[in-house]
Amino acid sequence: MIAPRTEAELAEAVAAAAGPLRIAGGGTRPVGKPVAGEALQVTGLNGITLYEPGALTLVARAGTPVVEVEAALAAEGQRLAFEPMDHRGLLGTSGAPTIGAVVAANVSGPRRVQVGACRDFLLGVRFVDGRGTVLKNGGRVMKNVTGYDLARLMAGSRGTLGVLSEVSLKVLPDVAASASVLIGGLSHEGAVRAMTAALGSPFEVTGAAHDAAGPDGAPMTMIRIEGFEAQVAYRAEKLRGLLGGFGEVWVERDPALVAAGWAGVRDVAPFHDRGGDVWRLSVKPSEAPGIAARCGAEGLLYDWGGGLVWLLVAEGCDLRARLGDFAGHATLVRASEAARAAQQVFQPEPGPLAAISSGLREKFDPRGILNPGLMG
Amino acid sequence: MEMPVPNGDVIASKARIVARLRGVLAADAVIEDATETRAYECDALTAYRCPPLAVVLPGSTAEVAAVLRICHQEAVPVVPRGAGTSLAGGALPTADAVVLGVARMNAVLETDYDNRFIRVETGRTNLSVTGAVEEHDFFFAPDPSSQLACAIAGNIAMNSGGAHCLKYGVTTNNLLGVTMVTMAGEVVEIGGAHLDAGGLDLLGLICGSEGQLGVVTEATLRILRKPEGARPVLMGYDSAEVAGQVVSDIIRAGVLPVAIEFMDRPCIRATEAFARAGYPDCEALLIVEVEGSPAEIDEQLGVILQIARRHDPVELRQAADEDEAARIWLGRKSAFGAMGNINDYMCLDGTIPVDKLPYVLKRIGEMSREFGLDVANVFHAGDGNMHPLILFDANKEGDLEICEAFGAEILKLCVEVGGCLTGEHGVGVEKRDLMGDQYAPEDLEAQMRVKDVFDPAWLLNPAKVFPLAASRQRRAVAA
Ligand SMILES: Cc1cc2nc3c(=O)[nH]c(=O)nc-3n(C[C@H](O)[C@H](O)[C@H](O)COP(=O)(O)OP(=O)(O)OC[C@H]3O[C@@H](n4cnc5c(N)ncnc54)[C@H](O)[C@@H]3O)c2cc1C
Repeated sequence: MIAPRTEAELAEAVAAAAGPLRIAGGGTRPVGKPVAGEALQVTGLNGITLYEPGALTLVARAGTPVVEVEAALAAEGQRLAFEPMDHRGLLGTSGAPTIGAVVAANVSGPRRVQVGACRDFLLGVRFVDGRGTVLKNGGRVMKNVTGYDLARLMAGSRGTLGVLSEVSLKVLPDVAASASVLIGGLSHEGAVRAMTAALGSPFEVTGAAHDAAGPDGAPMTMIRIEGFEAQVAYRAEKLRGLLGGFGEVWVERDPALVAAGWAGVRDVAPFHDRGGDVWRLSVKPSEAPGIAARCGAEGLLYDWGGGLVWLLVAEGCDLRARLGDFAGHATLVRASEAARAAQQVFQPEPGPLAAISSGLREKFDPRGILNPGLMG
Repeated sequence: MEMPVPNGDVIASKARIVARLRGVLAADAVIEDATETRAYECDALTAYRCPPLAVVLPGSTAEVAAVLRICHQEAVPVVPRGAGTSLAGGALPTADAVVLGVARMNAVLETDYDNRFIRVETGRTNLSVTGAVEEHDFFFAPDPSSQLACAIAGNIAMNSGGAHCLKYGVTTNNLLGVTMVTMAGEVVEIGGAHLDAGGLDLLGLICGSEGQLGVVTEATLRILRKPEGARPVLMGYDSAEVAGQVVSDIIRAGVLPVAIEFMDRPCIRATEAFARAGYPDCEALLIVEVEGSPAEIDEQLGVILQIARRHDPVELRQAADEDEAARIWLGRKSAFGAMGNINDYMCLDGTIPVDKLPYVLKRIGEMSREFGLDVANVFHAGDGNMHPLILFDANKEGDLEICEAFGAEILKLCVEVGGCLTGEHGVGVEKRDLMGDQYAPEDLEAQMRVKDVFDPAWLLNPAKVFPLAASRQRRAVAA
């Protein structure tokens, strides 16, 4: 295992590598095709290097644990607004998720539907490319269009274009209050219609999810609002009125229960203790129920108003065959190593896009040593 | 401003190239007459001009592809153009280039309120995208001041922002998909109505690539439901330092306004003379706007006004109704017009960390005296995106050069304090030769390698973004 402690050491290690490298942060997200190669552990690059609450900016080395970032933010009444998912419960992993890996996999949570994804909060990166060259892009300021946006390209590239050494993020104020507006018993189509109504309202819904088999096995639709105390009370009432036609509506105001409910959606808690493969689909919300119906799933959780679908299917199930052609993309998030090796974990791209992607990989990693094959 | 020497072979082949273009486009869609190509000799950075070889105005993605295939075969540089409002010279042609304008492609292809998106051809203007969904109380969030004129094509190419991006983000945060034609004439679809990319974030890469990676012909844009209402407050302070502190305190208090705009005294005076918005004559003026229902607005403004009062404002003005709100915005919105009324001006666009504001303003004041040119500052204070307007006289020998040198110094200062050369206008030709101040040679090399993937012959908008010296070899191979 290679475990650099500084960016310079990281660069040296990559430059000196004789073969493929398997890049790891906290090791909590083994998503993608299994990679054969020497482990390159980046947790040694650790620590918040700049935090300016008045400028809503935080810069941290890639190996900094997410908990450390969140604690620093909480101390100033701020947060990572894209609420990154914690994969440990779903994937049965342990260890501490790192901020660099959150960026590398563009990990976001339920609030993505309103405020944007991890990549939308990324202000800049430093990374080491496959040649071992230290590169930077973007910076620490909130608006920056100087040159190509390689920072966004790095977000979601899962270590296949470069090894992140430092990330710079926009943070937001935490909220004083929150509430969940809940509707029970809806069909998949009904739930998507209710979530669509909520998201199309002026009340800035920051979460819209539907658990096809809620806490007691009955369907549960959840709409989240956040803000100042009076604002949340007002919006909850408005939404209760707006959604009244869909079913029985009630409002949960207990902060602990609201937080726990959304942490459960974020981390896909309904599938934690159940066996089977887990797929993640990004689709047009109105098409979600139809697509889900042809998957024969054993478990279903909709987030992002239907735009994100979590599916639990039997182990080894060839879901792509069932999905057929659809607008969006599907990722096999949880499966045995053998199943991940055998299947296309990420959505296959049409020819011209695949050519561009592999062209980019060749430029950033000409020797093909950074997580080779992980993204297919 | 140095531009590459035009390719003589291309210019000599003009007749053949034009004939081939005429073969794939409607008769009125190919412009080659020197009196008519002149209309395309510059964008809003009017200091630099050069009529192109020819101009094409295709009407469909297929026509764009046909044009690009021909230009690719003939090794003709292509300069994509939206509405030509770039302030960075992004759409500036060279004498051997074909300008490819998408202005005729302005249709709305699909509106979907349930899935909250609109798909348009990219020649459509920014404001008319919102115009198309307004009756359903939806809007497209990025709102550059030029929104009446600028096209979605340019917004995507420059990753444009606006006054309200503190809350809603810039173009890249509101773009879901594009149809793009590569220089070789291949049509690619990236993204769609769903959120986030499956593979690499190519959409994020395309946005802000200044027309160098492909010609974007269609776009899927996120639309949002309008808030119940919005209301601005105006506050005046005796020093930029204090105003900067107010901005930081507001942000720290947990309120997230949709806009925090800043104007300094020279800018206030100029706009007062022009628009008479009734602004106080003070060192620094802030306009802060929040959104929501009337009660929600009251609650947020309560917090903001409390902070504002703590810092001894010389003026604090709330808008009681729509009229007063419009008056508060009036001066800010006419700032550019007011400047244009006084003199020629160059509008800069650096971004700085918010806490460096007072220092940077002080330095700009000092430099203004050194260079002997006046500057007015107006900018998006919440995110540190500055727009110093340097006033000069284009008819006065040497004034433009002094202005350019002064502008370069200001941008270097932005980089020096931890910021960047451009927050929303793009690099174009204007900041091209300063890129080395922000990026190391290997950083630029990495970016140029990206262009190699999309446009190996370096024919698309080749003389922009990268210092000419840095891109010389690649462009030479192409020629
Ligand atoms: C008065 C004024 C105020 C402004 N205010 C703002 C502001 O508040 N915020 C802001 O961000 N900007 C602002 N701008 C700058 C400008 O309006 C923006 O950059 C705008 O997005 C340019 O759009 P356009 O359609 O005019 O693009 P153009 O000027 O035509 O082109 C801009 C760039 O886009 C490329 N391009 C054009 N079409 C395509 C295409 N189809 N495919 C690929 N590339 C293409 C061009 O090659 C060029 O590099 C302002 C400009 C003016 C004059």
